[in-house]
Amino acid sequence: MSDNQMTEFIERYLDGSMTAEERVQFELLRKNDAAVESKVTEHVKFIGLLKQYGERLELERRLNAIHDEIDVHALKEEVMIHPVWVVRMWRNHHSKISVAASVLIFAVLSVLIVTGKLSSEKSKYEELSQKINSLKTEVGHIGAGGHPSIAKPKIVKSPPANFRGTGFALTSNGYLVTDYHVIKNADSVYVQNAAGESFHAKVIYTEPQYDLAILQINDSTFKNLGPVPYNLKKAESDLGENVYTWGYPGDNVVFSAGSLSSAAGYSNDTTEYQVSLPVNPGNSGGPLLDEKGNVIGIITARQTQMAGASFAKKSAYLLKTIQNIPTDSLSKTLNLNNKNTLAGLSRKQQLKKLKNYVFMVKVYNQ
Amino acid sequence: MNKDLKASAPTDSEIVLGILNNSEIVLKKLYTTYFPMILQLIINNNGDEDDAKDIYQEAIIVLYNKIKAGDFELNSKLKTYIYSVCRRLWLKRLSQMNRYGGDIRDFEEHLPVEEEIENHSDRDIQFDKMESALQLLGEPCKTIMEDFYIKNRSMQEICERFGYTNADNAKTQKYKCLQRLKKLFFQQK
Repeated sequence: MSDNQMTEFIERYLDGSMTAEERVQFELLRKNDAAVESKVTEHVKFIGLLKQYGERLELERRLNAIHDEIDVHALKEEVMIHPVWVVRMWRNHHSKISVAASVLIFAVLSVLIVTGKLSSEKSKYEELSQKINSLKTEVGHIGAGGHPSIAKPKIVKSPPANFRGTGFALTSNGYLVTDYHVIKNADSVYVQNAAGESFHAKVIYTEPQYDLAILQINDSTFKNLGPVPYNLKKAESDLGENVYTWGYPGDNVVFSAGSLSSAAGYSNDTTEYQVSLPVNPGNSGGPLLDEKGNVIGIITARQTQMAGASFAKKSAYLLKTIQNIPTDSLSKTLNLNNKNTLAGLSRKQQLKKLKNYVFMVKVYNQ
Repeated sequence: MNKDLKASAPTDSEIVLGILNNSEIVLKKLYTTYFPMILQLIINNNGDEDDAKDIYQEAIIVLYNKIKAGDFELNSKLKTYIYSVCRRLWLKRLSQMNRYGGDIRDFEEHLPVEEEIENHSDRDIQFDKMESALQLLGEPCKTIMEDFYIKNRSMQEICERFGYTNADNAKTQKYKCLQRLKKLFFQQK
């Protein structure tokens, strides 16, 4: 039986055009011959696929016809989500924007590098922060330590090396006062006058509770200073009084003026005044004078968190300290000056006179 | 974000019934109702209106065949079903074109429809084979095959159309053509 005949038989069998007799025979053939059976199923499947393919083409044609009636363009406008203009701009121009930004960053950086701003500014900033950190830790110690005398924000200089502060003469024969924290832990102390001459000095008495120390110049080259032009004020001064100080925050003597702002110091310490006066490390131990040239206090500290707030020990406590000095530690007489020769003078003249009596205190330790 | 689709959407059961009854009107209604939704999906996800047409028609065919086969159960909304199929097809297309950026902007909820799309694309491969086999077959065999098996024309009509002198000649020709078509179809990989 040829393939064609076979196919014809299968088709006739499937569409029911066989006679009853033929049908019985064909079914018998299907049953007995596996090859015939598989040909029948294959044919059914193939023709089925061919029909489905035709249906698919027809369906696609119908769908296309429907699609052609839709105004896709108008619909597109309607459903399109228009991104905000920033996004659109970025999408359209992002390469240009990136290039522009890079050029800008490069230009700014090169200008900074060329002018040296970048490096120098940075190092300055670091220095400053280091200083603040050390001040902070010092204040931190106060809370933990419980040493009443040092329970104050100190004017701190860098710890291991040499300390520096200010001191001023009490008498013409070489007694000086400075802050206890300046000479604390000192191995040796030198004082230097405005002319740049250094003299060895000895700590003869300290009053840590008032943060005060009395020094005596014991140097053979030291000559008598001449009468001290100021006196120590015994009474408390009034708020609002114009005050000034004179000290050695740097290598040269520096004058700074302000006014008395409170009768109580750091944490309501009544042994101190609060003054609005710019001071720096190194001003510690400097005299605080009023307009008439009375010493009303000794600079002790400043507050790190508040600009221009400084503290000065009241002069009354200096007098108390002087009285407390045991007589056998005094090799010379310590007679305080009672006469104020600055009173009638202008500020400039006062300073000229003062110059020789204010010293830089240099402290050496290991 | 989602623009309201046009009102007067036919109900889902109307559509199923209409397709089962070969209603041209219902097919048109179905098509026009959900096309904007798919256009929105495609053009806002790196496609254009021609992509939208291709994807949407494919989804409609999947749905159509499913309804015709009688195994479409109305346990989800037609809208969700169509959206899910289109979404899946479009993701597939995007990754084929290497345009898929890893995420898609969605406008509707969607269901997993992987299985149906697998069946559908298997069928599509068969149809593609059939199409190219018919092309290779050439005339007049192609038209005879189409007329007889697809358009269900009688041998008599075919005889007249191709000028065969008798039906037997035509029949022999038809069987020869069918044999060649089968051969061409199964030869393809």
